[in-house]
Amino acid sequence: MPARVATSPRSSVLGRIIRSDNVSGWALVSPGVVLIGIFGLLPVLMSLQLSFQKSDLLTPETPWVGLENYRKLADDPVFVEAIKHTIIYTALFVPGTMLVGLLVAAAMNRSLRFMSVYRTAAYITMAVSTISQGIIFLWLTDRDYGLVNAGLRAVGIPSQSFLASPSQALFVIVAMTIWGWTGFSVIVYLAALQGVPAELHEAAAIDGASAFTRFRTITVPLLGPANLFLLVWLTINALQLFDEVYATTRGGPLRATTVIVYYLWDRAFVHFDAGYAAAMAYALFVVILVITAIQFRLARKHVHSS
Amino acid sequence: MTTTELPDTEGAAPQTLSTDRRPRFRLPFSPWHLVLIPLTFLLIVPLLWMLITSLETEGEANRFPPVLLPERPRFANYSEAWAAAPFGHFFVNSALVTLVVLASNLIVCSLAGYAFARIRFLGRGALFVTLMATLMVPFQVTMIPVFLIVKWFGDNVWAGLGIDHIGALMLPNLATAFGIFFLRQFFQTVPVELEEAARVDGTSRLGVLFKIVLPLSLPAMSTLAALTVLTSWNDFLWPLIVITSQDQMTIPLGLSYFQGAHRVKWPLLMAANVMSLLPMLLVFVGAQRYFVQSVASTGLKG
Repeated sequence: MPARVATSPRSSVLGRIIRSDNVSGWALVSPGVVLIGIFGLLPVLMSLQLSFQKSDLLTPETPWVGLENYRKLADDPVFVEAIKHTIIYTALFVPGTMLVGLLVAAAMNRSLRFMSVYRTAAYITMAVSTISQGIIFLWLTDRDYGLVNAGLRAVGIPSQSFLASPSQALFVIVAMTIWGWTGFSVIVYLAALQGVPAELHEAAAIDGASAFTRFRTITVPLLGPANLFLLVWLTINALQLFDEVYATTRGGPLRATTVIVYYLWDRAFVHFDAGYAAAMAYALFVVILVITAIQFRLARKHVHSS
Repeated sequence: MTTTELPDTEGAAPQTLSTDRRPRFRLPFSPWHLVLIPLTFLLIVPLLWMLITSLETEGEANRFPPVLLPERPRFANYSEAWAAAPFGHFFVNSALVTLVVLASNLIVCSLAGYAFARIRFLGRGALFVTLMATLMVPFQVTMIPVFLIVKWFGDNVWAGLGIDHIGALMLPNLATAFGIFFLRQFFQTVPVELEEAARVDGTSRLGVLFKIVLPLSLPAMSTLAALTVLTSWNDFLWPLIVITSQDQMTIPLGLSYFQGAHRVKWPLLMAANVMSLLPMLLVFVGAQRYFVQSVASTGLKG
C-alpha cells in the first residue's frame, strides 16, 4: 500500500512526519515490541552472559568464569544422565502420541450420531492441567491400591511399582503424557483427515483396494504437513518436559526421571547455581534448534506439501 | 465433514471384497459405535477415576482390589479440601492473571498485528523477523533472566510486579510474538478495499482497526483468546519459580502445594483435583469450537 501522506493537502514538514506511516506503524507496534523486547529478547542475551558467570540469583556479585560452566557441563554425570532420559522420553513420546492421535482421529473421522460426544471426550485431555494429570496418574498407578494394578492382577500379572520403580517410572511418564497430548494430536489429525478428498477413496475402493490399503496409500501420504507439524511441535515440547515430572516423581526414584529441564530448574532455583543452569539452558537451546532443523530438512525430502 | 468409509456399493461390481464381507443382518446402529464407545471410555477413565475416588471414604480408597463405586458418595471430601487450603484465593488469582493476560494480549497483539499487516513503516521487515525469532527460544533459556528482570521491576518500579506477587505472573506474558504473528496472518486476509474507503473518508488507523478490521476478525480473536486462556490458566513452571506465598498462588501451583501437604489422602486430593479442573473443563466444553480451532490453525496454517 503506498504512503498516503502525499495526498494530504496541508502538509507541513512536522505534520508529514507525525502523520506518516512510520509514526503510526511504530506507535502501534511499540507496546508489543517493548514487552517482547524486555521479556523475550533481552533475556536471550542476558542468559548467554549469565552462562559465563557465577550467579546465585540473590547477591549482585556475578564473577566472570569464562567457559567453566560449559566445561563443568561436559563432566557432569547427572547432566549426561538427564540427556539420556530426555532422549529416551522424546523417542517414545513423540511417535507414541502421533500413533495414538492418528488412530483415534481415524476412528472419529466419520459422521455418526453422538460423534460430537466422542470427540469432546478425546479433546478434553487437552484442558487437564499437567499437575492434575500427574496427581491422577500417581493414583492410577499406585503400587498398593492403583486401578492399573487391579487390571493387571485380573489378567494374572503381579502388581508393579510403576512411578516408584527406577526402571519403570520414565515409561509411566511417557504413557501419562501421551494421554495428556491425545486431545491435541487428535484435533490436528482430524483437521488433516477432513482435507482428504473422499473421491480418491471411492476411486480406489472401486479398484478393489481394501480399507487398510487405502488408508496406507492415500490417507497417510496426504497427512504429511500434519505429521511434520506434530513431529516438530511434540519434539520441542518433549525436550522441555518438566511439570509432569515435578508432579509425580520429582526426578526420582534414584534420578531415573531427571530430565534436562528438571535438572536445570533444580540447579537454578533449588541450588541457586544460575550460571551453570544458564549454560545448560543454552545447550538445550542449541539441541532444539539442531533437531528442528534436521526434522525440517528430512521433511522437505518426504513431505509433499499441498 | 467427509466420511472415509466407502458408500454403499450394492449396485456396483459384485466382486468387490467389501460387499462380500458385509454381514447378512444389519445392526440398528453403526458398528463403529462398538469401537468408539470403548475407545472413548478408555480415554476418560483417568478423569472418571478421579471423580469416583473423590467421593470415597479413605477406607474405601485404600482397599485392593479397588472399590469401583463408593457405598455412599462422601461429599464431605470437597468441603474438607476447600477448608484445608485457600482454594478461593487460588481461583481468584488464576482468574485475575488469566483475564489481565488475555485482555492485554488481545489489545497489544492486534495493534501490532495490524501494523505489521497493513502499514509500511521503516524497519518493519527486520522488526518482524526479530520478534518471530523469539518464538524459537524455549522458555527455559529465558526464565532465569526473566526472573531477574521481574525482580528488578518489583524492587524499582512497583512491588506488586515483583517476586512473590501475582503481578509477576502477568508481566512477562502481556504480549506474545505468536499472538502478533497469528493476528497479522488473519488481518492480511481481510479485504483491504473496505479499509481504504474508510481511510479516504478520514478515519484514523485506530478507527479503521477498531471499527472495521476487528469486527471482521472475531473468529481469529476468539481462537487466540482460547489459546491464551488455556496456556495462562494451566501455566505451572513460571508460577513455581516466582511464587512462594500461598495467597499469591494460582490453581496449578496451589494444587501442587496441596498435594505436598496431603500426600496419600487420595479422596481429599482427588476432590481438590476435581475442584481445580472444573472451571477449565466447563470453559473448554462451552467454547470447544474455539479451542479446537486454535490447535487446528496453529498446526495447519502456522
